[in-house]
Amino acid sequence: MNVEARPNLSKVQEARVGIADCDVHPNPTSLEDEVFPFLEQKWRDHIETYGMPQRIGFAGGTQYPKGQPRASRRDSYPPEGGPPASSLSFFREQHLDPHHVDLAVMIPLRIGQALQNMDLAVALCAAINEWQQEFWTRKEPRIKGSIVMAYENASDCVAQIEKHAHKDDFVQISMLSRTPDPLGHRKYWPIYEAAAANGLPVGVHAFGYGGNPPTGGGYPSYYIEDMMAHAQSCQSLIVSMVYEGVFDRIPDMKLIIVEGGIAWLPSLAWRLDKIWEKNRMELSHVKRPPSEIIREHVWLTSQPIEEPDKRQQLVETIDWIGWENVLYASDYPHWDFDDPKRALPVQLTQEQRDGFFRNNAFKAYGLS
Amino acid sequence: MAEKHVVAKVADFADTDRKLVEVKGRPIVIFKLGEEWFGMLNRCPHQGGSLCAGHLISQVDSDRPGDYRLSRRGEILRCPWHGWEFDIRTGEACARPGKFRARPVGVSVLSADDTETVGDLELYDVSTEADLVVVEL
Repeated sequence: MNVEARPNLSKVQEARVGIADCDVHPNPTSLEDEVFPFLEQKWRDHIETYGMPQRIGFAGGTQYPKGQPRASRRDSYPPEGGPPASSLSFFREQHLDPHHVDLAVMIPLRIGQALQNMDLAVALCAAINEWQQEFWTRKEPRIKGSIVMAYENASDCVAQIEKHAHKDDFVQISMLSRTPDPLGHRKYWPIYEAAAANGLPVGVHAFGYGGNPPTGGGYPSYYIEDMMAHAQSCQSLIVSMVYEGVFDRIPDMKLIIVEGGIAWLPSLAWRLDKIWEKNRMELSHVKRPPSEIIREHVWLTSQPIEEPDKRQQLVETIDWIGWENVLYASDYPHWDFDDPKRALPVQLTQEQRDGFFRNNAFKAYGLS
Repeated sequence: MAEKHVVAKVADFADTDRKLVEVKGRPIVIFKLGEEWFGMLNRCPHQGGSLCAGHLISQVDSDRPGDYRLSRRGEILRCPWHGWEFDIRTGEACARPGKFRARPVGVSVLSADDTETVGDLELYDVSTEADLVVVEL
């Protein structure tokens, strides 16, 4: 094995062709101005009167306030005002143009997919899907949307998928990682079946308000622990989907894990294989080694990418994951943004670079 | 050998504690902290974030959980992206001093009478501007 003795930490890699960024977060200037017009009056009145209760009691926002205001880069506020990434022109100026982004996949967050009032959740998600088209994807062809859904209500999710999946505006179905039940649970299967039938991957983004503590050991004290727990919940959902047999049942299912980190996947797959081999009686519906299933069905987005002191160790890690299974993501405008010029400061082959920054994404989303 | 460059008027800092300038094609952020002046290459050594948009915070020290002491108010520059903290005087990263170091540059103030030897004066009307900010680079 060749190991570069002194990886160049400051190595800057200019993208030569346009890149694909698999996680960006445009925001409405305000929900009231941009999203509520897509809601029926009765829901606007309802929100004004009763609010939008989450599954987590008494929480109006996220449980753990972020390390930066609005979880965003402090330089991402548009000059004309409004929250970060609420201005298309500044989004182009600060991100799409300078970073040569050809494909930016927007994933709306904090919109109430898992509100306790399920009908309200359904209505809000439908409104957000209209908002994505009206304010972003129809104005900027480089930006593609994610079909958001009230995923605790699978039948309405299927309706949203059927309504939007055929449009050029959308490239994936969007779910969150912290769900009330593990994502392999069969109540979610109609969503996966509809996604696969329409040729779209399911992108599961970190976060969510499932009502369970973010770690298996309960509620941690610090925001940093909440950040670290995303890798745990992403591992749990992969374990659940593999062992529940989702990928055996739905051969065309494509899963993209967004913002959970990447380096934990190889050891997870090794452990899954080891346990599967020894417990066939319980897991006889899982027909192949889990590592094989993961390699075929699961992609990971890179941000927030691990930063080992010996950066070249990332190359080895991605060797184990599979170079076709990792997709570049910036997470713009959030504070833990990864700059494409600095996200992977290691020696790559042309094929590795092209795959990581572009080709893998186009393949995962079924784009040409 | 470092050269001196006039980059701003002291009066430019009446309503702000910072200004982004360009010297020899390089972006430099100037900070005015009380009566002290600091300069820094405007690129975070981690991933290149624009330090000009960073927050000036205190140094936080702790010997054990639950014990937090603030000192040196405003002398720690926190990158607007990932929150890496740098000592505004030395550029050293607070979390990992050996790993990253922001690049400080010398900043001083000269009275217009003393600026005959300094370049770039055509940018300023030295007859009316008493004090000028000078970067050494």
